[in-house]
Amino acid sequence: MTADFTTRGLTRTYGEGHSAVHALRGVDVEIPAGEIVVMLGASGSGKSTLLNILGGLDRATSGTAHFRDMDLTAMTDARLTRYRRDHIGFVFQFYNLMPSLTARENVELVTEIARNPMRAEEALELVGLGARVDHFPAQLSGGEQQRVAIARAVAKQPEVMFCDEPTGALDSATGRTVLEVLNEVNARLGTTILMVTHAANIADMAHRVIRLADGAIREVVENGQRKPPAEIVW
Amino acid sequence: MVSPLDRKLLRDLRRMKAQVIAIGAVIATGVLLQVMMSGLVASLTETRRAYYERNRLAEVFAPLTRAPEAELARIAAIPGVARAEGRIAGAALIDMPDEAVPLQARALSLPDRSERGLNAVYMISGALPDPAARDEALLIEGFAKAHGLGPGDRLTVTLNGARRVLRIAGTAQAPDMLYTAVPGEMMPDAARFAVLWMPRAALAAAYDMDGAFNETLVTLARGASEQAVIDRIDAILRPWGGTGAYGRDQLVSDRFVTEEINGLRTMSRVMPPIFLAVAAFILYIVVSRMVQSEREEIGLLKAFGYTGAEVGAHYFKLVMIIAIGGALAGCLGGIASGRAMIGVYTTFYNFPFLVFRPDPAAFATGVAASVLAASAGGLFVLRRVFRLAPAEAMRPPAPGDFSRSIRLDGPVGRRLDQPTRMVLRGLSRQPLRAAALAAGIAAGMALSAGMTTIYTSFDRVMEMNFSVVDRSDATVLFTHPLSERAAFSLARIPGVLQVEPMRDVPAILRNGRLSHRGAITGMPAAPEMTRAIDADQRPIPLPAEGVVLGEALADVLQVRAGDMLRIEVTNGRQPVLEVPVTQVARTLLGAPAYMRIDSLNRAMREPGLISGLHVRVDAAQADAIWLSLKDMPAVAGVSVAEDMQASLQKLMDQGAGSARYIMGAIAFIITFGIVFNAARIAYDERAHDLASLRVMGFTRAEAAFVLLGELGLITLASLPVGSLAGYGLAQAIAEGFSTELYQIPAGYDPFSHGFAALFIVGAALVSGWLIKRDLDRADLVLALKTRE
Repeated sequence: MTADFTTRGLTRTYGEGHSAVHALRGVDVEIPAGEIVVMLGASGSGKSTLLNILGGLDRATSGTAHFRDMDLTAMTDARLTRYRRDHIGFVFQFYNLMPSLTARENVELVTEIARNPMRAEEALELVGLGARVDHFPAQLSGGEQQRVAIARAVAKQPEVMFCDEPTGALDSATGRTVLEVLNEVNARLGTTILMVTHAANIADMAHRVIRLADGAIREVVENGQRKPPAEIVW
Repeated sequence: MVSPLDRKLLRDLRRMKAQVIAIGAVIATGVLLQVMMSGLVASLTETRRAYYERNRLAEVFAPLTRAPEAELARIAAIPGVARAEGRIAGAALIDMPDEAVPLQARALSLPDRSERGLNAVYMISGALPDPAARDEALLIEGFAKAHGLGPGDRLTVTLNGARRVLRIAGTAQAPDMLYTAVPGEMMPDAARFAVLWMPRAALAAAYDMDGAFNETLVTLARGASEQAVIDRIDAILRPWGGTGAYGRDQLVSDRFVTEEINGLRTMSRVMPPIFLAVAAFILYIVVSRMVQSEREEIGLLKAFGYTGAEVGAHYFKLVMIIAIGGALAGCLGGIASGRAMIGVYTTFYNFPFLVFRPDPAAFATGVAASVLAASAGGLFVLRRVFRLAPAEAMRPPAPGDFSRSIRLDGPVGRRLDQPTRMVLRGLSRQPLRAAALAAGIAAGMALSAGMTTIYTSFDRVMEMNFSVVDRSDATVLFTHPLSERAAFSLARIPGVLQVEPMRDVPAILRNGRLSHRGAITGMPAAPEMTRAIDADQRPIPLPAEGVVLGEALADVLQVRAGDMLRIEVTNGRQPVLEVPVTQVARTLLGAPAYMRIDSLNRAMREPGLISGLHVRVDAAQADAIWLSLKDMPAVAGVSVAEDMQASLQKLMDQGAGSARYIMGAIAFIITFGIVFNAARIAYDERAHDLASLRVMGFTRAEAAFVLLGELGLITLASLPVGSLAGYGLAQAIAEGFSTELYQIPAGYDPFSHGFAALFIVGAALVSGWLIKRDLDRADLVLALKTRE
């Protein structure tokens, strides 16, 4: 089993002196390819910071972070952009769709610049929105918008998908649908999915659960008994 | 105790300081112009009034050839005349050692008891000449200063053909000499025209006016009819060679100051509202943007129990602070620039004292108009604050509904990439908003194009006048009309290449009730040096019968080609002509009326007489030629084209025309402000989407395209509109600047519009670059976490 991500002594400090905030204090972690990994932790535990560094959105203060053989901590801004573009898909709590583009166009926004994309319609079929391709975000429900966001992330066939509180703004029934879509993507395409949440029950669907507290990893648990998302309650 | 909301207000102001300053500056500029220009109008008007009153400027002037002083009693007896005085006026020449040509001057007699007389001089230095002195004079301050002369210095002066040396007793100014220009020229130039005041006895001896006078000064009793008095004076003076009495408003000196004041007044009414409207618009956009992004805070405040009015007041205060702050800065700036400008007027017009007194009403109007304009912008925003329900505000806003924007699924639309779609949909969803931003930028384009047109027009006036209209090297004027033989003798001076005769006769031109005191210029049928030209710069051949009028004069008299005009010549036999206007000529300087010299002479019954010559000379021998002219007693003056051009340039750079530099600078600053604010606002609205694009792996340039593409399209759309508006604005400003002295032609000037368009595009690029810097620095994570 190969690791997608490997970090060694990863630290991230915001600010200086007395007001310095140590968001990560020397994190060593490996994230295997093809797994669904859920990172749990309270606010300020460092889970989002870790996600952001691995996603190429933020830089470490010290230590190293590798995606396969690429050293993320040594990359220029332009290289990081390239990295996000070619390897990573993002799904966010507030969907971040372009309101001026239809569902299909939102997906095409990404497929136009991707190296090996699937067809936008195909991606939308995958998330169950084949019938709503020509709708604008304003004409879609929250859950539907999040599924478009997932389709957008999936469509470029990334190696890794980062999901930051993907169900955070959704009711539980809609949230479950979204989790099902993510599960489906992982199963069918083998995409590594790295999910940050503070809803502990979501961890039940993961292959692996990483718990963080105070900027450090408390435990890494392999989940022998994965539950299908339909059975998750929160 | 400062309330928490007020503390937020202060922080908001600090956070938005660039925009606060930009908007404040636009408001300040509008108020500055208002305060400065209306202050100048008030100061000039009031100073002039006070000066006229204190120094007892006559209300009616009546020049004549010569009349015994006894006639004055008859004039004083006319009902409505308060006081009548006679004085002696004559042309003089001053020979300055460092000047190639003799300089022209006007010699005036001082009243015997000068402290009581009309048109009293205002002493600047030295003392009045001794009434019995024969060779003492007061010299006008402007000329003295220009040549470094003062009391005790000596001047070589030719009075009535006799050369003598005068001692300068002092320097002075007078209310009838606010504006002094060389006769035959239009441009005032303190250095090339002097006024000398001498004791009456001395001047009477020089001009053979013992016991006589040749200019009547009259003041009117309260309520008297000026026209009735003028008619009676004319009747009395006709046998004495009276050339027609005229009121103060026809006094050349007064007329030009009046024109200046009127021009300023027009500008003070046109410009400030434009700036305030622009400011109100930007303010509205900025604050509405702010309310939009702070909807969460607004909801929270309402949830805490703040009323809509309290929250509204918070935002309204912000608007008011910017408006009032800007207005106050504008008031201060207006006073400062008014003080600076008043210096220009003091030197330009011979005012002995000129204090910039800002018009209190201008402050009030300026501040009130700013507050009103800002409130108009603010009220729209407040409506939104009131409408926002707390619960609704706490939820993330639904994504903007683009379902009604353009679909882009036509054959062309389908080929567009997604970023381009975003740009086009963004524009099409809120076309009014896009139009408003475009209108803002178009206003900037109009200001810039308009002002640049004015700049180039000033240059064109110079160029056209001295290379197309008047191609002579100099104009020689005689003390009295001479026979054409004089022309031949002048032509024989070595170095004189060509001469062209001319004849100027003073005349009153009338069309019904409209009249103009000026001159008829007689020229050959097809003159080669000084010509009347049409709108296409082609020379207009002069007709055997009829007159060709300059545009400004045709406007004053409201006549067009084909209309009849009555011309009352005011010297010689004083013939009255009824002639057709055959054509209106394009003029840039002055208000000329051209006739064929032979027709004019026939009407005067003085065949073969000329009053001057235009000459072309060999440049290498020019100085020698001017020197030999100095010694010809019949020569009243020589106006060298180069000198006239320099005077004109000085007038335009330092005189009234200099306001165009201030206005030009302001126009460009404002334009940049508008473009930058438009870009800034567009960025604020897109920041969230742009960060999302960056996260998805779009490069900085690709993300910037979405933002700047929209700005670019709006900018491009604004250019033609702005160009059109700029054309109109240039016309309006040109009219404001144009006087009888010079007319600023404001046609469509491709250079100006091209330049302004480049400036707009440049401003957009710089703004885009500044904003792209923000975009590059933007914290992607933060942008995604906040829910916009």
